[in-house]
Amino acid sequence: MKSYQAIRTTPAPDSAVVRGPGEVEVRLRVNGATRTMSVEPRVSLLDALRDRLELTGTKKGCNQGACGACTVWVDRRRVLACLTLAISCENREVATIEGLADGDTLHPMQQAFLDADALQCGYCTPGQIMSAVALLAEGHAGDDIEIREWMSGNVCRCAAYPHIRAAIRRVRDEKGSGDAAR
Amino acid sequence: MSPAIGGTLNRVDGRFKVRGESRYSAEVPVTNLAHAVIVNAKIASGRITAIDTSEAERAEGVLAVLTHLNLGRVATVPRLLPSLAGLAAPGQTFFPMQDDLVHYGGQPVAVVVADTIERADHAGTLIRIEYETTPATTLLDQARDRAYVPERIFGGLLPGHSSRGDVAKALAEAEVCVDATYRFAPNHHNPIEPSASTAVWEDVDRLTVYDSTQGPNAVQFTLAELLGRPPISIRVVSHAVGGSFGSKAMVWHHPALAALAARHVGRPVRLVLSREQMFTSCGHREEQEQQITLGARADGRITALRHHKLSLTSPFDDWAEPSLQSPSVAYTSPHYEGVYHLVRGNTITPTFTRAPGEATGMFALECAMDELAERIGIDPLELRLRNYSATDPESGKPWSSSGLTECYQRAAELFGWRDRDPRPRSRRDGQWLIGSGMASALYPVTQPVNPQRSRARLYNDGTAVIEAGVSEFGTGVFTAMTQVAADGLGIPVERVRFVGGSSDLPNVTAAVGSAGTSAVGSAVHLAATQLRDELIRRAVADDHSPLRDADPANVEVHDGKMVLRDRPDVGETYADLMHRTFVPDVEVLGTWNPPPQDVGYGVHTFGAQLAEVAVDADLGVVRVRRMVGVFAPGRVLNRKTAHSQLMGGMLWGLGQALLEATRMDPRLGRWANASLGDYLVPVNADAPDVVVDTIEVHDEVVNPLGMKGVGEIGVVGAAAAIANAVYHATGRRQYELPITLEKLL
Repeated sequence: MKSYQAIRTTPAPDSAVVRGPGEVEVRLRVNGATRTMSVEPRVSLLDALRDRLELTGTKKGCNQGACGACTVWVDRRRVLACLTLAISCENREVATIEGLADGDTLHPMQQAFLDADALQCGYCTPGQIMSAVALLAEGHAGDDIEIREWMSGNVCRCAAYPHIRAAIRRVRDEKGSGDAAR
Repeated sequence: MSPAIGGTLNRVDGRFKVRGESRYSAEVPVTNLAHAVIVNAKIASGRITAIDTSEAERAEGVLAVLTHLNLGRVATVPRLLPSLAGLAAPGQTFFPMQDDLVHYGGQPVAVVVADTIERADHAGTLIRIEYETTPATTLLDQARDRAYVPERIFGGLLPGHSSRGDVAKALAEAEVCVDATYRFAPNHHNPIEPSASTAVWEDVDRLTVYDSTQGPNAVQFTLAELLGRPPISIRVVSHAVGGSFGSKAMVWHHPALAALAARHVGRPVRLVLSREQMFTSCGHREEQEQQITLGARADGRITALRHHKLSLTSPFDDWAEPSLQSPSVAYTSPHYEGVYHLVRGNTITPTFTRAPGEATGMFALECAMDELAERIGIDPLELRLRNYSATDPESGKPWSSSGLTECYQRAAELFGWRDRDPRPRSRRDGQWLIGSGMASALYPVTQPVNPQRSRARLYNDGTAVIEAGVSEFGTGVFTAMTQVAADGLGIPVERVRFVGGSSDLPNVTAAVGSAGTSAVGSAVHLAATQLRDELIRRAVADDHSPLRDADPANVEVHDGKMVLRDRPDVGETYADLMHRTFVPDVEVLGTWNPPPQDVGYGVHTFGAQLAEVAVDADLGVVRVRRMVGVFAPGRVLNRKTAHSQLMGGMLWGLGQALLEATRMDPRLGRWANASLGDYLVPVNADAPDVVVDTIEVHDEVVNPLGMKGVGEIGVVGAAAAIANAVYHATGRRQYELPITLEKLL
């Protein structure tokens, strides 16, 4: 399972090498696996994940950094994949929603979203969950006011917000009890 | 085994969605895929005088550039009929790129197809277009003098003018009058999944389109007419749809453009609208103004209601969202007049937007009611009770079911309404002025016109597959249908799989008008119960069954076992019977024929909305502190998902009240804030905790399970409750939505 805190930062790449503008080979580490693709340097991390690696769990809602549906983690930080170039993520650890569960066992946040009905159409949900798990690790889930503020980068047009908060509270409050403390 | 209906089953598609495994329409794997991008007109009115595509065509990876000069002509543009009719349902009776004329800003003028999305996007910027611009009308204020009263609106389904009694005389004689005009900014749906179509020609006469839609069949029928092909050659699939709110209720241009582009390049083509294009490609809630005149006796009893609406429509269609319908039957008002006034402008045809019409019409009425209550000096809730109508004021017929007074009562209890000091500016919390407001919610029970179908198949291990062509866009319909089928068959939900989202499945209407779940649910209920009855019929006719010769009416099914009602120890399971008789499966097609349009009753859904706001006394910032909504939507299939939808609707009302406005730049004739950064929708920090409750009213008229729908009633009245609360907090009436802070300074 890809837990938020277990991902290690790797050294930054050598930025002195000029590549592109044509297609170049880009190697990404995504959910612990190395993936190689031939893309132009202008390709966003979002389009690389969705169109090249078929990791479509990361969603494209606005492609302008306004909706949060494309939230992934790059080196343990919440990042908007639509505003990030894939090539800039070489030698970094990218984590997406597909890597969150432990096989058939849902991550506690995924289970909490399901139980609290913190989703309706489900399109913003992967981004909400990636944000929510990170939120706990960041220490930004102390109370509802804090959760509301720090989850406001993820728009849910179905407006499941109160249920999203309930799901986050549940995982936060279960934290001491073992499994959820990731 | 307790019934599944009414329970709180988790979403059956939820597991896929929290794992990111649901495949939305732009995510279905297709080999040899090409990407299409639409290029939009930069002017609002005029014609294309020159178009140079040479540079775009030379760009790397470009497969084709299509314009009006080389795109094939569509065969027929079908007439605009709401998709509830079950027929072709274009969003407007205009198809672009058929000639050089530009009718509205953002109209498609070219389509670029390339091997990657980046190359298609880039090539789109290389097309050079010259226009001859003619004057455009993009705001109501530019053309009030050209308003007309249409014969009919809304695809011809509703009259432009209706009345009962003598409203002028009744208003002249009224002891109290409230006359107010309300203005509404245009609103856009903005589902987080942009509309997307992936078109795959498997053969010259075999097209599959993966499309984000509220109605796969509506897309199939519309494409058939546009492309001039029989419906059998077109399959439309929607595995999962990322929200719609009306933007995917009708069929817009992109599926047909994707199909034509795919045909042209001989490869599958994916066409995804950008966020900006979502503002010009699938309709919106139109800019409008509503004038309400209420006449009442001194005791608050309403004697007359005059309700006029003025709104902007397209050059092509007499479209207005039906804002006057629910207000016209909300209260006793013996004298009534409702008139739609339209102005033609340079816009795409407006369309359904969640609670289409009710969200604005009930806002106007419920704000006027608040003024009337104050004028007369009674509690706003008491005013509603005094004007409660036990019959449909329009037809005089009784309601099929109501529950409205129970909703008021329950909502008032949950909110603590009784202790309210009615005086404006009577509560303060530091710098915050605190106010509370209420409103009624009404939404019509709309019925599909044509038969609704579902297929139920039971396997000999006692599991069942239920099919219908409905798509899942967040309503929870797949989950609710699993419950309906389980109860109908008498088996646990774990043994049922519901399959939907394809035009190849039994035909149901597009899920619109809060009627999706009731339409498909009625068909699923009939399919499941008829399949159960078929198994019982076989059992009582079988020599080796313990139920042999039993009266079928005396047999019931629990946990997959058919037993005698009065002797539950006698019986056998479906599986026993089917194994013994060498039957692999049994299948039934259930058909529900909706009731006629006039069922002899008034049919409406009712509810009550209460809100508390805090307004910063110095800065005018409005925060909604809490919302209570109680609704009577007939039978609730799934308490969890239904309450979620109602809650989401109420927060839509919050957006309508305080945030949402698409601003037109009249010099350019284009939207000035076509992005999610500039068009504000509620975010987590805007959303208070919401209390939702339902009063289950029994209704035998509307459909076999008595469902009245929860998709839209939650929106209705929420904005009015907030605006009335803002008045209560500040003493300032609000006549324009959204209520932005400068209106309170």
